[in-house]
Amino acid sequence: MAATQVLRSEWTKIRSVSSTIWTLGLAAVVTIALGLLISILSKNDYDNLSREDKITFDPTFISFAGMSLGQLAMIVFGVLVVSNEYSTGMIRTSLAAVPQRATFLFSKIAVATVLAFVVGLATSFISFFVGQAMLGEYKAQIGDPGVLRAVIGGGLYMTLIAMFSMGVAAMLRSPMLSLGILMPFFFLISNILGNVSATKKVGRFLPDQAGSKIMQVKTPFDDDTPYGPWGGLGIMVAWTAVAVIGGYVLLKKRDA
Amino acid sequence: MIEAVGLTKRYGAKTAVYNLSFQVRPGTVTGFLGPNGSGKSTTMRMILGLDAPSHGQVTIGGYPYRKLPNAPRQVGALLDAKAVHGGRHARNHLLCLAQLSGIPARRVDEVLGVVGLQEVARKRSKGFSLGMGQRLGIAAALLGDPQVLLFDEPVNGLDPEGILWVRNLMKSLAAEGRTVFVSSHLMSEMALTAEHLIVIGRGQLLADMSVGDFISANSADFARVRTPDTDPQQREKLTAALTEAGGQVLPEQDGGLRVTGLPLPRISDLAHGADVRLWELSPHQASLEEAYMRMTQGAVDYRSTTDQRAGLQQQLPPGAVPQPQLPVPGQGQHGWYAPPPPQQGGQPFAMPQGAPAAPAPGDANPYAAAPQAPAAAPSPEMTKRSEESR
Repeated sequence: MAATQVLRSEWTKIRSVSSTIWTLGLAAVVTIALGLLISILSKNDYDNLSREDKITFDPTFISFAGMSLGQLAMIVFGVLVVSNEYSTGMIRTSLAAVPQRATFLFSKIAVATVLAFVVGLATSFISFFVGQAMLGEYKAQIGDPGVLRAVIGGGLYMTLIAMFSMGVAAMLRSPMLSLGILMPFFFLISNILGNVSATKKVGRFLPDQAGSKIMQVKTPFDDDTPYGPWGGLGIMVAWTAVAVIGGYVLLKKRDA
Repeated sequence: MIEAVGLTKRYGAKTAVYNLSFQVRPGTVTGFLGPNGSGKSTTMRMILGLDAPSHGQVTIGGYPYRKLPNAPRQVGALLDAKAVHGGRHARNHLLCLAQLSGIPARRVDEVLGVVGLQEVARKRSKGFSLGMGQRLGIAAALLGDPQVLLFDEPVNGLDPEGILWVRNLMKSLAAEGRTVFVSSHLMSEMALTAEHLIVIGRGQLLADMSVGDFISANSADFARVRTPDTDPQQREKLTAALTEAGGQVLPEQDGGLRVTGLPLPRISDLAHGADVRLWELSPHQASLEEAYMRMTQGAVDYRSTTDQRAGLQQQLPPGAVPQPQLPVPGQGQHGWYAPPPPQQGGQPFAMPQGAPAAPAPGDANPYAAAPQAPAAAPSPEMTKRSEESR
C-alpha cells in the first residue's frame, strides 16, 4: 500500500472533524491574545524593573508568553487526533484497511504534525509582531540576532508539543486518560518542578522547559542551564521521539 | 476462501477461542453462530489481523491478513456499526476509507446509493440510528468490491425492509461467487440467508455443516398424532401399536402424541390397522432456532435465572391464597427448547443416536462426532467461569 494513499486518507479524516478547527484555532487565538496582553503589561511595567532585569529584558520571549496556555489547546489537538480512533472504535476499520500499522500511525502523525507546524509557525509570527507592536520603544526587530531563530523556534515548539501528545495518546489510547495526564503535567507540574530550586536541575530537562529555551533571545543573569537554545529543542525532540516510538511499539504489539 | 487452522486466542487466563479449524468457501453464505461471549467477534478480529492468534493461524486466499496485498480491495468487513467518528459526515467517513486503497471518490457515491444513504450523505453520523449505522458499515464493506466479505451482526437494528434487503444482498453477493461470512443471533434470519453453518460455543467448534444437516442432526423431527379426546382407550391402543412397530411415543400435555421413528404414512397405516381414528397427523419439523438451542445448551455462558424478587414482593393479606405463578418460557428453565434428553446426564447436545427419523445418520457425517469434544474437555477456567455464571 502506498503511503501517499494513507496520507490522503488521514488528511480527509483530520479535515472532516470539527475538533481540528476548534483546537488549532483556540491554540492560535489564546497564544496571540495572551501574548498581546502580557506585552502591554510588560511595557507599562518596564520603568519599575531593576537594572539587571532591564538589561536582560527579552521582548521576543515576552511576546510568546501566551504559549504557556496556548500549548494546552495544541495538546488537546494532538491527543484527539490519535485517540479519536480508539474512542470511536474506528481504529478497527482503519487497521483492517491498513494492516501495516507503522504506515498507519506514522502517516497519521505526519499529517497532524504538518498541520500543527503550519498553524504553530503562523501563530508564532503573529504573536511576535503583535507583541512587538505593543511593546513600542522596547521592541525587538525580526532581524536582530537570535530573533528569527526564536520565532521559528516558537512554531517548532508548538509542533513538538502536539507531536509529543500524539505519541502519549497512541500509548494510552483513552482521550480522558491522556488529557488527564498531559494537561496538569504541562500546566502545573512542569512549572512547579522548573521553578522550585530543589527540583530545578531535573525540571529543566522536561520537554516543555527544555524546548521553550529556543524562544529566549536574552539569557537571564543567574541562568546556569547546561544547554543552549538548539540543545533544549534537541531534548524536546528526544522526548517526542520516545513518545512516538513508544506509541508505535505498543500499537504494533497490541490487539486492536 | 477463509481458512482457520487450530486457531486459539488467550487473554491472560481466559481462553476466548480454542483450537478452531474451519473453512469458509466462496459461492455460499456461511453463517457463524454461537451464544454471547462464545468467541465469534474475536474470531472475526483474528481473520482481519486485528488480534494476533495465540496459536494457529487464519488465512484469506492463502495469506494471513496482514500479508495480503491490497487487503481492502480483497476483503470487506463490517465489525461494529457504531465504530465511526460521530462528527464526520457519512460521505467523508467512506471517502477516507476509499482513499486508503486508492478507490476513486465516485465509488463512495455508488455505495451510498447501494445502501440507500444518499439523502444523509452529508449528515454527521452522530445522529444516525443503529439501522443507518449498519447501512453505513455495509457500505464501507462493499467499497472495494471485495471477493471476501465479513459481517458481524449486520441486521441488528434494521427494520424489516432492511433485513430483507440485507438477506438479498448477502445471497446475491454469494451468487456472484464471493465468500460471505455472516454472524448473527437471529436464527430465523440465518435459516433464510445461510446455506452453511459454523457453530461455536465457548470458543470451540460445535458444528460445521449445511443448514439442513444441522437442523436434522440436532433436532428429532417428529409427527404429532391426536386421537379423539372422547375415547382415551383409542389412545392407549395406538400407543401400543406404534411402539410395537418400533416407534417412540411421548404423550403431550394436550392429549396428543409425539411420535418419532416412524414415517407419517406408516403411522396412518398402523392406526388404520388398529382401528383407531385420527384427529390429527401432522409432520413437525424443528426450526433452526430449536436445533441451535439444543446444540448450544451446554455452551451458554450467560444464562438467566428466575427473578425471585426477594424483598420486593408485597405482603399478602392474611388468609389470601397466593396466585400460582405460571412459568415463563425460557426463564430459569433448562432445555425449554429441547425434548427430554435421551439419557439422563448425557451429553447436552444430543446427536441422533438411534433416531431413525434423522435423514443424515451420525456416522455418515464427519462432523457429527465433533460436538461431543467440547463437553468432554473444556479448559478448567472455562468450566469455572460458566459455573459461576449459573
